[in-house]
Amino acid sequence: METDILIIGSGGAGLSAALTAKELGAKAIVACKTMPTNAQTCMAQGGINASNTQNEIEAHISDTLKASNGLGNKEMISKMCANSSNAIEWLSSLGVPFSLDENSELETRFMGGATLKRTHYAQDYSGLKILHTLYDSCIKVGIEFQSEKLFLNLIVNDGVACGAIFIDIATGSVEEIRAKSVILATGGYASVYHGFTTNGSGSTGDAIAAVTRAGGVVSDLEFVQFHPTALKNSSILISEAARGEGGYLVNSDGERFVDELKPRDEVARAILAEIDAKKDVFLDIRHIPNIAKLLPQEIKLCAIHEGIDATKELIPIKPVAHYTMGGVEVDENLEVSKIKNCFAVGECSNAHVHGANRLGGNSLLEIVAFGRLAATSAMNVIQNHKPTVPNNEKLNQDRIFVREIWNFTNQINFYEKREFLGKILYHNAGIIRNDIGLKSVLAVVRQMQKEFPFMGLGDKSLEYNMNLVEFIEFGNTLEVVEMMLVGALHRTESRGSHYREDFKELREDEFKAHSIFWKEDGVLCADFKTPKGVTNE
Amino acid sequence: MSKIKIKRFDSRREPNTIDMEYPLFDGLTLLSLLHKLKNTLDPTLSFGGVCRSGVCGSCSVMVNGKATLACSYKANNGDYIEPLAYHTVKRDLIVDKSKTKQTLVDSKAYLQSKLIPENAPKVEVQSSCILCDSCYSACPVMAVNSDFLGPFALTRVYKYTLQSEQNNESIDAVQQNGVWDCTLCGECTAVCPQNIDPKMDIMNLRSKSVQNGYSDPNFANMSFGLDFTQGF
Repeated sequence: METDILIIGSGGAGLSAALTAKELGAKAIVACKTMPTNAQTCMAQGGINASNTQNEIEAHISDTLKASNGLGNKEMISKMCANSSNAIEWLSSLGVPFSLDENSELETRFMGGATLKRTHYAQDYSGLKILHTLYDSCIKVGIEFQSEKLFLNLIVNDGVACGAIFIDIATGSVEEIRAKSVILATGGYASVYHGFTTNGSGSTGDAIAAVTRAGGVVSDLEFVQFHPTALKNSSILISEAARGEGGYLVNSDGERFVDELKPRDEVARAILAEIDAKKDVFLDIRHIPNIAKLLPQEIKLCAIHEGIDATKELIPIKPVAHYTMGGVEVDENLEVSKIKNCFAVGECSNAHVHGANRLGGNSLLEIVAFGRLAATSAMNVIQNHKPTVPNNEKLNQDRIFVREIWNFTNQINFYEKREFLGKILYHNAGIIRNDIGLKSVLAVVRQMQKEFPFMGLGDKSLEYNMNLVEFIEFGNTLEVVEMMLVGALHRTESRGSHYREDFKELREDEFKAHSIFWKEDGVLCADFKTPKGVTNE
Repeated sequence: MSKIKIKRFDSRREPNTIDMEYPLFDGLTLLSLLHKLKNTLDPTLSFGGVCRSGVCGSCSVMVNGKATLACSYKANNGDYIEPLAYHTVKRDLIVDKSKTKQTLVDSKAYLQSKLIPENAPKVEVQSSCILCDSCYSACPVMAVNSDFLGPFALTRVYKYTLQSEQNNESIDAVQQNGVWDCTLCGECTAVCPQNIDPKMDIMNLRSKSVQNGYSDPNFANMSFGLDFTQGF
């Protein structure tokens, strides 16, 4: 199979890229590991930030920079914010039914850390409605989807990407899709915190692991945002919109203990402090007028997962892993560091717009604005594309690897390991971290890497082997988590979402820098790199 | 001990369909239960499910004959779990959704012309569709006409007719195996996890079809969709 632009991932970033590629006249294929709309984007509830006037854009840039705690790149942030009203217009023109006020103007709401009301929404289904509208638009222009393809590896010849290898989940065969350019849009890695994440099961950092295996660079993996309000028993997300609309956080004594609209990391730490003091924490939305109309989805989720009526009862909550700021290191055109013709966009990439912490409403903006940018950049490189002699080396290598998995012994149940890893990551490498905790989790991860060949499949069938899919995802998890822990261990300061109780201060001289990770002959290397474009705001 | 029964399918086995009983752990959603069974008892048990919170549409199954999102349902003793009806079963509870996705292509369920932005509030409900295929699986028309476009595609077409100035192409596309083939039984409406009412949308789409010069073929035959020759 061959195409101009291969897009891996069918969330908002992938579909925005696909539509733009098509508009620009390229042939695009979207490959995804489930069905096209089963992406993390559909879970984004709160909304999408957009600013219109110059003053609004300036404020948007400044809020985003402030949240990034010194690691945001002003140029990239400006690019994103300046394109935000275009992004909303584009989405609206495709038919996204954003909520309107009584004058039929786009309605906006506040999100944490924002100085202006700039978050546009479609009830509490913002991501869902954006994603499905993009999907309908893809159908309209005839984008080709390759569904149920599990991304394994990039094909890179002489530092240039020329396609990717997949397992066809339906048949179990290992296949390649060749392309002049590849866009990675596979989402983040928050579900490495298994059982303690708002994310769906597929957010295992597949592209981040694949990029390091292919010789590329990833960065800032220690920055993981914990969402303050997930349901206590199920980790299901209750949107920040609940606090944006005026919801309170209260402890079991009925006291409010934090300004609910502070940045997510501060609110999450305040909640953890209450939990550590043996108190339960609740979200209270009972007093908000018209709440059933504003947040219908949240109320339904509370009923299903906690068995409570949120319009009359307190909602028990805990903070859990929600969004990963780190990812594939990219330049200003979103091209992957050390892999030419390969781009990364959305949560899987680190375009340096979120830095050490992300503002609510900026992730949907990033996937749309930069999804379009990724396609434009990919288009630019394919115009100068020089065809290379195809060789099947990588394909054969991956075929052997996958066949080998069937020979792995099944002495250890990797599902147990995955659950255990999620738990120890949450408690030792989560909201509050320290040296000894991080080191002990890292030791466990390295032990698991050694044991990996003994965690083989319990299901030996070829077709729809979801055991195999989860096993490979767990392999990616072990690679990504190792880098995340190394970054967290060596960043001996507190910055944004990364909080070290043994190093509570911000250390600008040493650590106003990106952690970067790459592999040399299969050995993990890490360093800190002072970035260009970092400002002192 | 409490149990549930799951209809399993493996194309390479003979017979390829068997019912298997599994223990029921209390207090879990059906999706969490399936994960627990797979992770601790039977790694071959295969099913879909991504978001756990009722928005990705990938975990719908039949529970006691009714299409249900596994992530939004608490399993009960004696429940019988099957794959979605009117879909080709691939393995256990995993079905082929490519045919139902094709209905969106065939019905041209997308924006046809210039947008009417102020109509966004009118499509608040229809635009919450998660493509879980529950309505499709509940539709009795599928038993007699597998080419029927089905409820969710027609709801999507109706949504875009409300948002767009001109919709002739999609109205044309839903005449054959479309709006007039629906029996208005309301089964789709009853199973929708998002409280969408495809039956009402299809009725409205019929009105739009009439405005576009189409007429009810059943009315032309004076059959009203009923077959009187077989009595009541």
